[in-house]
Amino acid sequence: MSLKVFDGFKFAKLPTPIHMMDPRAKFIMTMGIFAAALLFTNIYALIVIFLVQLPIVYASKSWRKWAGSMRAGLLLAVLIFVMNFVFGSTFVFSAAMTLRFVSLMSAFSLFFMTTSPDDLGLALEQAHVPYTLSFTFTTAVRLVPTMALDAQTVIDAQRSRGLELDKGNFMKRIRNYIPILIPLIVSAIRRSIELAEALESRGFGASPNRQPLIVLRMKATDYIVIVLTAVMFALAVYVYLYVRLPTLDVPIRMPKIFPWF
Amino acid sequence: MIETKGLKFAYPGYSEVLRGIDLTINDREFVAIMGENGAGKTTLVKTFNGLLMPTAGTVRVDGVDTRDSSVARLSRDVGLVFQNPDHQLFSETVREELAFSLRNFGYKEDTIERRVATILETLDLARYAESSPFVLSGGERKRVALAAVLVWNPKHIILDEPTIGQDYQQKDRLRNFIIQLNAQGKTVIIITHDVEFVAECKPRIILLSKGLVIGDRPAEDLLTDGQLLEKASLTRPQIGQLMHQLRDFGLPERAIDVYSAEQAILQALRRKR
Repeated sequence: MSLKVFDGFKFAKLPTPIHMMDPRAKFIMTMGIFAAALLFTNIYALIVIFLVQLPIVYASKSWRKWAGSMRAGLLLAVLIFVMNFVFGSTFVFSAAMTLRFVSLMSAFSLFFMTTSPDDLGLALEQAHVPYTLSFTFTTAVRLVPTMALDAQTVIDAQRSRGLELDKGNFMKRIRNYIPILIPLIVSAIRRSIELAEALESRGFGASPNRQPLIVLRMKATDYIVIVLTAVMFALAVYVYLYVRLPTLDVPIRMPKIFPWF
Repeated sequence: MIETKGLKFAYPGYSEVLRGIDLTINDREFVAIMGENGAGKTTLVKTFNGLLMPTAGTVRVDGVDTRDSSVARLSRDVGLVFQNPDHQLFSETVREELAFSLRNFGYKEDTIERRVATILETLDLARYAESSPFVLSGGERKRVALAAVLVWNPKHIILDEPTIGQDYQQKDRLRNFIIQLNAQGKTVIIITHDVEFVAECKPRIILLSKGLVIGDRPAEDLLTDGQLLEKASLTRPQIGQLMHQLRDFGLPERAIDVYSAEQAILQALRRKR
C-alpha cells in the first residue's frame, strides 16, 4: 500500500509568490475556485476552471507533488465517472462530474501544499476563531504525516506476522485492513490523550488573551488576489445566470440496466 | 544463516540509510546490533524479512535471496518483534492476538490452540489470556507482542529494543529467556541501546554508525574499546567503567558484568592476603 496520497497535502517551504501569499488571501482564492467548480455542470466551464489552476500550480513550483496527489485521486475519479455513467448519466455529464472532482481536489491540494500549518493557525486566530479550535485544526493537519508514518510501521508489523493484504476475495481484502486500522486508531487515541496532558501541564489555555508574536499583514498583492478572485467569481455567476454556454453532445449513454434510476 | 553483501538501502527520495553492509550471522548465533539513533539498525533488520528490499547488494536468508521470496514466506523463518507493541495489537483477547499469525500461516485449529497455550505459559501471560491486550500495562503489552512472534517458532528471532519499558525483574527474566532461546538453537538478534543489558548477556556486537558497520566483535572486546564507543555515542557499562578505573590495580578491564567482576576482585583480594 502506498502512502503517497498524503504527500500532495504536505507543506514544503519554497520561496514562490504562491507560498508567500497571505493564507487568508489564498484561502479566499481556493474557495473561489471551489465554489465555481460546484456552480457549473457544463463541461466547458469546468475545463476552464481546471485550466485556470495550472498557472498557479506552475508558479508554486510544485508540479511533481501536485501531479502525485492527482494520481492518488485517479482511482476515485474513475469511480465517479463509472458510477455516473452506469447509473444513466450521459458520457459528457459523467466526464464533467469527474472534472469537477479533479478541480476540487487540485484546489485543496494546492492550498495545503503551499500553506504552512502555522500560517493557517495564525489566519484562523486572527479571524477570531477560538484558539482551542484553531489549535485543534492545525494539530490535525500537522499530524497527518506522523499518522502516515505510523500506518507504514503498522503495515510492516502485521506483514511480519504473515498478513497478506492483497490476498483473498473482495470481502477478505477489506477485512485484511482490520489489523491495520485498529492499532492505528488506538495509537492515535493514546497519542491525543498524551498530547492533551502535555498541553495542560504546560499551561494551555491559562490566559484567555493570547498575544500573537507574529501578526499577519496583507500585502498589496494579496488584496489584488482577493479582488481578482471576487471579479472572476462574479463573472462566473454572471455566465452561469445569463450566458448560454455551448453544450457538448456525445451521444454515448449506457443502456438502462437499472430501470428504477 | 543471514548474509548481506554490499547491502545498500535508501528510502525513495532520501539519502542512503544503509551504505554498504557486509555481514554474516550464522545459525544459533546471539547478536546485538547497537549504534546511535538513526544509524540504520531498524532499517537493517527490516531487510532480513523482506519488508525492505535492498537498493543495491543482496540479503540472503538461509541461502535464499530475499528478492526471490515474499515477506509472508520469509517471516516464517525470521520472526521480527517490533519496538512498539501498540503498532500491532488489535485483537479482543490476548489469546486471539497470539492466534493471528498462526491463522495467517495456515495452521490447523488444534495446533493453534496447543501452541497458544504453551506460549502463554512460557511468557507468564496465562492469566491474561482472555483480557483485552489494550488494558495491559506497557511491559505486559510488550510481552504479548513478543509472544505473538515466538508462537510460530521461527528459526531466527529479531527483537527491536526489547528492554524498553521493562522493570529490572522483567529485564532479568527477559535476559534468561533470550539466553534460553539461543540455547535451544535459535538465532537471536537484538537491537538495543542498553549497554548494561548487553554487558550481562555478552553477545557478539555489531556496531552501526551512519549506515556502516564500524565494529563487529564480542561484547567484552567492543564494550571496552573507549574510542569506538565514543564514535557510536555509547558509554561503557557501569561495571566496565569501574574496572576501567581500577585497571592500575591489576584488575581486568574485560570484566564487564557483575559475575566476572566479582570473580576478578575476589581473585585479587586472595592474592593480597
